[in-house]
This record gives sequence, structure tokens and C-alpha cells, in this order.
Amino acid sequence: MSWLTDEQHAVVAAACDRLVPGSGAAGAADYVDGLLGAFAVDPPRIWAGGPFSGRHGGDDGFSRFLPLGRMEELAWRTRIEGSKGLPEREWNGPVVGLQERYLEGLPALGPDFATLGPEEQDGRLAAVPEFAALLYEHACEGVYGDPVYGGNREGAGWRSIGFPGDVQPRGWTAVEVSGRG
Amino acid sequence: MADLDADAVVVGSGPGGSTVADVLTEAGWDVIVLEKGRNHLIDPEPPHRLRGEFSNDELKFMHRHFLGPDPLLEPRTYRRSEADGERLAVGEVNNLPSTVGGGGPHADGKLPRFREEDFSLLSARGPVDGAAVADWPVQYDDLEPHYAEAERLIGVAGEAGANPFAAWRSGPYPMSPGPDMFGALLSSEAAVRRGLHPYRAPTGINSVPRDDRPACNDCGFCAHFGCPIHAKGEPVSSLRRALRTGRCDLRPEAYVTEVLLDAARRRATGVAYLDAGGERRLVRAGHVVLAGGAFETPRLLLANGVANSSGLVGRHLTFHFQTFVVGAFPFSLHGHRGRSVTHLHDDFIVPGTDDLVAAKDAGLPWFRGGTVEHGASTLPLQEAKTYPPGVAHTEAMRASVLRDKLWVFTMQGEDLPQAGNRVDLDPSIRDAWGRPAGRVTYAPHRHELAASAHFAPVLEAVLRDAGAEWTITSTSPPSDDLSRHERNPLGIAPASRHVMGTCRMGEDPRTSVVGPEGRFHDVENLLCADSSVFVTSSGYNPTLTLAALAVRTARLLAGDPRRRDGQPNGSP
Repeated sequence: MSWLTDEQHAVVAAACDRLVPGSGAAGAADYVDGLLGAFAVDPPRIWAGGPFSGRHGGDDGFSRFLPLGRMEELAWRTRIEGSKGLPEREWNGPVVGLQERYLEGLPALGPDFATLGPEEQDGRLAAVPEFAALLYEHACEGVYGDPVYGGNREGAGWRSIGFPGDVQPRGWTAVEVSGRG
Repeated sequence: MADLDADAVVVGSGPGGSTVADVLTEAGWDVIVLEKGRNHLIDPEPPHRLRGEFSNDELKFMHRHFLGPDPLLEPRTYRRSEADGERLAVGEVNNLPSTVGGGGPHADGKLPRFREEDFSLLSARGPVDGAAVADWPVQYDDLEPHYAEAERLIGVAGEAGANPFAAWRSGPYPMSPGPDMFGALLSSEAAVRRGLHPYRAPTGINSVPRDDRPACNDCGFCAHFGCPIHAKGEPVSSLRRALRTGRCDLRPEAYVTEVLLDAARRRATGVAYLDAGGERRLVRAGHVVLAGGAFETPRLLLANGVANSSGLVGRHLTFHFQTFVVGAFPFSLHGHRGRSVTHLHDDFIVPGTDDLVAAKDAGLPWFRGGTVEHGASTLPLQEAKTYPPGVAHTEAMRASVLRDKLWVFTMQGEDLPQAGNRVDLDPSIRDAWGRPAGRVTYAPHRHELAASAHFAPVLEAVLRDAGAEWTITSTSPPSDDLSRHERNPLGIAPASRHVMGTCRMGEDPRTSVVGPEGRFHDVENLLCADSSVFVTSSGYNPTLTLAALAVRTARLLAGDPRRRDGQPNGSP
């Protein structure tokens, strides 16, 4: 896995960290890389499998990603790669893909972004508000989404807020559901 | 049967279509079920293993459209009225799942019955200016045995007698409810202090092993998620039973594009659909049953110009007008443990004297609210996206005022039918198959706004009494200036997945689309088994009522073997 270059990866990590503190260390850039390069593997890294992660019993089914149907592959390739002028992807007109948005947005942040001070970083993010909004969404997903998608490294995001994450097949007991604390 | 592929073809595999398949196959009919969405639920081939593709995964279910429809492939559009132009929004508009099982897998399975009065609102309460209030052609007493059967087919856990406002019932629930959530105990106790009558929500989730499926283990990923252990019965119990008869042929990724009619256009001969590879295929059947939901059913009919001599297909669209009253507590409510919602109260469906005075003050003859769900906020990623970016984000997540310490009352307010509220075809937006997108034109009646404004302060007071430090109310759709809602995560369109009314049921073909037996007036062997037929929305979750109507429709159809050739029923 690596759709982002090392330099791009460092900029994504620093920018995500500025928007959602701690997300850089939690692996937000790996999450973004996994999404932008989802089709580098087969099945693509879009839908993790099930029913259990293996963290609370049972096998690790999450890491067996599920195949997409024909139309779903069309949707996700269009969403990630853009419509690229292909008629079969432009049923409602051109679609700018996530890859294109990163390739346009990252140079605007600058290759030196990770080395800048907080105020300068904020200034560069403010200059590209739409890209910053996208990074923010992905930073959130890269901290609080399941670790199988590349972020939330070893559940660090969940641990930091006391959220247990997935709990199947253990679940919760009646006392845990109904009781205080 | 020699030249037919099946006795009946059912369009849609949700709670309506699966129930029809269950009842018809039990009666010996051969049924083909066509489902537009993917199959993550059950093997179509014996031994019909329940699949292991559902999971506790917020990204997959909440952000990656696992249960469909993907709004890029199948955009829907929204406007409040013609004054907004062709549309105000494109993308995700009340996207009830498009998947094998339909809206069943994503729901947290609250399955209340309607009350007697809900079927005769015009007679009981009288007309309201600007609204098409009407009585149903089917009354509660007609439907009661079918409610009881639907509860058995799905497997509903509930507590008979606990709700003083409940309609009469002929027997107990099939199961007792599972554990009460901590937050719901607090909000229920406060509701009782206010003179309200909370009760354990009837829920289509196993509280004990039943139907060869396990008891729920309260994992917390309930509303919006398919159940990883298949403790939810709706509609997998019916679908699996139908498949096990050997008479049900389930075909996922089958997008029905045409209802085929004979030359006189009085009888359906089958349907045409696009298969997973995009090839056009035909199914010839004695009966065609539409069960794609109250959005997709009128969309299909309007695209075909079928069954619309009344001009009412797509009209009288109702949702529930949702009022969200949230309270922030100074301690953890751990709402991520449990079944999302475990208690309801129905007091606002049966307005008291003070409520009716408030209605008069608002210039209305009466108003009704809806059932109030006592529920949790459970999802950290959803919470994360509500806080502004920057240095305070992590602290906000740790404090978790908007998740772990939040409790929510959701009132599913009765939405009065209006002819102008409707589903039609967008003039230019297309889906990925090149077919016109469906468009919602919808604005609430002032009845909904007045009822919401009246009952919300009561709910805020209850939450404060339960221990909330502050409370706030919002609605979907927004009841104030839309410009304030650019960042509203629920959007400007109604977020409710309770979609109803678009092929209204009635005796008179001039004022309704479907007859009392579930048959379209214009096409004798074309039937409807989803919430399109609802005459009024009530203030209750629609699924059990649509399943009960589906049981009734299928029983009326299959009860007499002579009807297998597609001849119309006589009077029931």
C-alpha cells in the first residue's frame, strides 16, 4: 500500500494532525492512503468483512475485504478516481475524484507543510477551505473508524475517548446495559 | 402455469416483499423475489446460510453505503415546493436501504402497532384545512389477526398491557423484551414523574434464542447496522422460511424497470429487469406484487405510466415529522450498550384537553404528536464530525457531551397527507442505469410544526428532570430558516426513513390508487405490499403495519386456490 508518496504522506499526516489533534500519530495518513489506493488490491479496501474483528473472540473476519458488485465498483472508482471523461462514469456529468482533489490540494499546502508552525499551517489550510474540509472528514475517519482501514492504529483513537469499538461476539451483559457506570 | 415463470413475482425483498413471499410460498405458490440491491444477508441456495457480512463497523455502514443505495449511483432529489425550481438538493434523500432485506437490516426493529383511531382519523378527529385527512378502508379490527401473525413471523419482543394507549390485542407478544438501557431507565422514571406512560418498546429482536437465531447480546451497533449475529428477525425470518420451502427464487441485483401489461392494460403479465450484468430479462407471472417501498414503487409506476388513472401515484407522500430533543448529562450514559432505543411513550398520540387547546390556539382543529423514542447517541465518528476542527477537538471527544453523555427523545410526529407532497421523476437527474431519478417535493403542514413546538418543551423538561444539564430541540426537516442548516448533518430534506402514502389505499378509484385488498384499481393482478398504501402516517413506526397488511394481502390472494390463475378476488 502506498498511493501517496512519502512526501505527500507527511503533508497529509501533518495537516490531519492540525485539524484533529493526534490523528497524525493515529494513522490518518495511512487511512487516506488506503482509501485513495483502495483499488490497488483485490477486493478493494472499501468494505471490511465480518462478522467479527477477532478482538473480542471469533476469527478476524474484518480483514477479509468484501468484493464489490459491478455497479458498486463503478461508483467507488468514480468517487476515488474521478470520471476522467469516461462516458460510463458521467451519467450526471463529470465527477472530480478524491485522487484529483488530493493531487490539487497537497501542492497548495506546500511540501514544507509539516515543518511549519501552527499559525502558518492554519493559514495555508484556510486558503484551501474545501480541501481542508475533506482532510478534516478523513482525519475523523482515520482516528475513529475501524483500524482495519489503516487509521486508528491499534485502536488508539477509541482508547483515547474510552470507546470500546466493536464488541461482537461478546456484546454486553444485562448488568452492563442497565446499570450505572 | 405452463407459460409462466412463477405464480407471483415480488419486486423488493424488504419487510413487505419478504412477508408476501413467506405467506404465498406457505400456501404452495411459486414466487420469484427480485431485489435491486446486493445480497449481504442470506444464501439464495440451500441450506440458506445466514451470511457473516454485517459487522460493528461505523465506516462501512454509515459512510460507505454498505446497505445502499449509493447516492452517486442512485441520486434522489429534493425540493420543498415548485417555488424552489426543479430541485434544491441532489444525493441522499431519505435513503431507505436498497439491499436484500430492504429496510429491515438497518432498523433497530421497533415494531409497534397502530391504534384503532389511526385507521379512522377523519371520522375520529375531523378534517384539517390544507390536509387530505381520510379514513382507511381497512380498520384495526380487520387487521388485528394479521398484526398478531406478523409479530409471530418476525419474532417481536414486547410487553402486553404495559402501554395504556395500545390498541387491543388478541394475545401476548412472542417474547419478553431484552434488557433496559441505563439512560432509558432514567428518562422513563422522569417521564413517569411528569405523568407520562413509558413502556418497553416492542422490538423485532430476539431476547431469547428463537427461529434458529440467537438472542441479542446488546452490542450497541443496532440502528443503522445489520446484525452480525442475526438476532434481528425483520425480515430475515420470513425470507429464510420462504426460501426453505423450495418455492422461492431470490434474485439480488435485479433492477425492475418495467411492469409488463396486456394489450388492454388491465392485467400485468410480468416484469422486465436489468440483471447484475446489465442484461434485460423478463419474468412472466400470474401476479405482480410491488414492495419496493413508498419511494421506489411510485417511481417505477410513474416511469411506466402504469396504474395512475387517478393521477395520484406518488402523491400524499408522508414521512414522520421528527422532533429531536437532546439532553446532556454530567455523567456517562453508555448508550453504546444496548439496542439503541428500549423505551417509548405514546401520550402525545392521544392529545389531552390542554393539548387540544394549544392546537386551537395554533388555528388547528386538533393535532397529534407521535411516539417518543427514548434513545442513545452511539457513534464516535458521527460525533467527531459534529465538532469544529482544531485544538479543542480532542478534548470535546473526551468529554463526549454529544455521545456518551447524551440522551435523545425522538418524536415520530404524525405527518398529515397533502396532495402536493409527492414523489415524481426528476426532469434531468439520472441514476447510473440512465433512468430518471426520483424526486421528493415535500413541505410540512403547519399541523406538524405546531405539534412539535407544543410537545418539545415537555420533553426538554423531562430530560432536565432526569438529570440533563442542558437540553436543545431540533427537527427534521428543519422548521426554521434553511440558511442556518448548511452544516446540518441531517440535511434540509426529511431525514426520516419512514416513507409512506404514495399509492394511497381506498375504495374509490378516483380518489385512491390501491383497493382495500392491496390490488391496484387499474390493474387487477398488480398488488402493493409496502407502505405506499398508507392513507395516513400515524405517529408510529410503519414497519409492523406494512407487514400486517402484506400478510393480509397475501392471504386474500392465496386463500382460494382458484385465484392462482390471476382472476380477481370477489369481496373478502
